[in-house]
Amino acid sequence: MNPKVITTAAGIETLFQQAGAATVQAAILQPAETLLDLYGEDIRARAYVTSDPLRGEQMLRPDFTVPVVQMHMEQGAEPARYTYNGVVFRRQEDDATRANEYLQVGYEVFDRSNPAETDAEVFALIQNALVDAPVRATVGDIGILMAAVDGLNTSERRKSALRRHIWRPTRFRALLDRFAGRVETPAARQALIASDDPMAQAGPQIGLRSAAEVAERIDVLKSDASLPPISAVEVDLIEAILQVRETCPNALAQLRDIAVDVPSITGAVTRLGERFEALDARGVETSTLMFETSYGRTSMEYYDGFVFGFHATDHAGLSPIASGGRYDALTQRLGKGDAIPAVGGVIRPDLLIQLAGGAS
Amino acid sequence: MTIKLGVPSKGRLMEKTFDWFGARGVTLARTGSDREYAGAVDGVTGVELVLLSAGEIPRELAAGRIHLGVTGIDLIREKLAAWDQRVEVMAELGFGFADLILAVPNCWVDVDTLDDLDAAAAAFRARHGFRLRIATKYHRLVREFLKQAGVADYQIVDSQGATEGTVKNETAEAIADITSSGETLRANHLKILSDGLILKSQACLLRARGADVSADEGRDLADLLDKLGL
Repeated sequence: MNPKVITTAAGIETLFQQAGAATVQAAILQPAETLLDLYGEDIRARAYVTSDPLRGEQMLRPDFTVPVVQMHMEQGAEPARYTYNGVVFRRQEDDATRANEYLQVGYEVFDRSNPAETDAEVFALIQNALVDAPVRATVGDIGILMAAVDGLNTSERRKSALRRHIWRPTRFRALLDRFAGRVETPAARQALIASDDPMAQAGPQIGLRSAAEVAERIDVLKSDASLPPISAVEVDLIEAILQVRETCPNALAQLRDIAVDVPSITGAVTRLGERFEALDARGVETSTLMFETSYGRTSMEYYDGFVFGFHATDHAGLSPIASGGRYDALTQRLGKGDAIPAVGGVIRPDLLIQLAGGAS
Repeated sequence: MTIKLGVPSKGRLMEKTFDWFGARGVTLARTGSDREYAGAVDGVTGVELVLLSAGEIPRELAAGRIHLGVTGIDLIREKLAAWDQRVEVMAELGFGFADLILAVPNCWVDVDTLDDLDAAAAAFRARHGFRLRIATKYHRLVREFLKQAGVADYQIVDSQGATEGTVKNETAEAIADITSSGETLRANHLKILSDGLILKSQACLLRARGADVSADEGRDLADLLDKLGL
């Protein structure tokens, strides 16, 4: 490994320690089951899997967030700030120029007090660590779209189907179009709903999914077919929310306007305003900082609130130099009933050196 | 040195490949006893026949250990990342037709599309406590396909053979496999999703982009391709 990268990483770690973080380590081999449960089958495309006959499938850690959350949930005192500096492994299927093993230096905060403050703390700290690098930050907030879905005037079942696909924009769009009656119901489904005896052509019952489960879903489809479509006005408002892409003050103004028609996002927009104020107070220039509602929707699956990334200003294809966000829901998933608000971010020192022209 | 041509070592795929080359004036034949994997080439000079398992031909092409190879495009796309940068399709050979498809039990009368599969997978996971299992040997192609379609809450379980039986045996809930006539699927009470076609495959002649070719070999390769009308 390039010695400059190691020195840079150590420097960032020191900065994070000075901000109050305790250094932690994590095992390189992580149980595959936890990661598969969280991310689904897609993680296999991004992480190296290995196995032994005793412990079963293991993954070479693709990030530190999951082990650090687990460690904190098991034994951590509150509030807590952690830093780590170590290698992560990413399987590459398409682009041989992308590193499959690189250092990440991270900073994670577990704190129940004031989310706007801790969001700003993490962002400002990372921005300071990158101070001389030619990077530009973008921020987003997945919580705004989630709140908009919560407020839709439709069944809870439809809302939870949409929430399940928040991070898969294509499927989210397809579901929204269907619930809004913008696409025709496929002929096979129309026939199924209209049929008096849908099981007539079923043939023998095979497999674990029982006839009762099939019947249950047919009932769901029938009751869904009798619901009125989500109104065009509501769909347009979701569109408008997703299209907000502006400097922070302008984005906030636009979202406040939309909140007049979508009251369910009012709380999320208020929190956004508080976060911007907290960022200002820490010297972050929010008047020029870009906000995108859709930021991180395809790549940052467990983030459910504030998200951010720092991208190289003139290397469009390069991975983000730093990224992070809030992942309250992840602590709930991993905490076995326990949960704690959490926010964090990581820096890639190898990309910083590459940008500075010092690649080996 | 010689141009190495990798051909499936047995079965219909081998016979059809021999026929295809034979019709273009290049005679391929196995030599020695029935069990010996050695071959001969007539009609061109400087070409050596390498008999291999169809499943190993993608790897040998990618490594540049053979210059040309015949195998199904399904195997190439499953086994080689960035496959089109590593091999070039010289000809589609018009045999070995097979579709890689996604199939579910007939008795799932509520599931006809990927959209249905996704909804069924969510309910299945909530009910059974694990993600709906799809048995296949085409892990990468299936994962890519389902990712594009935005299907969640499934898992791939490896199945290297008798994949259509996994549902009845309750080691999987759905399958992804190649089929030509669909008869095996029907016999096992499975149906193809209406938008479940993952890939249409057939046997192809492929050139390794990364294989070293000397001046002599280059001439022999050009002669061979010329004779094949490519």
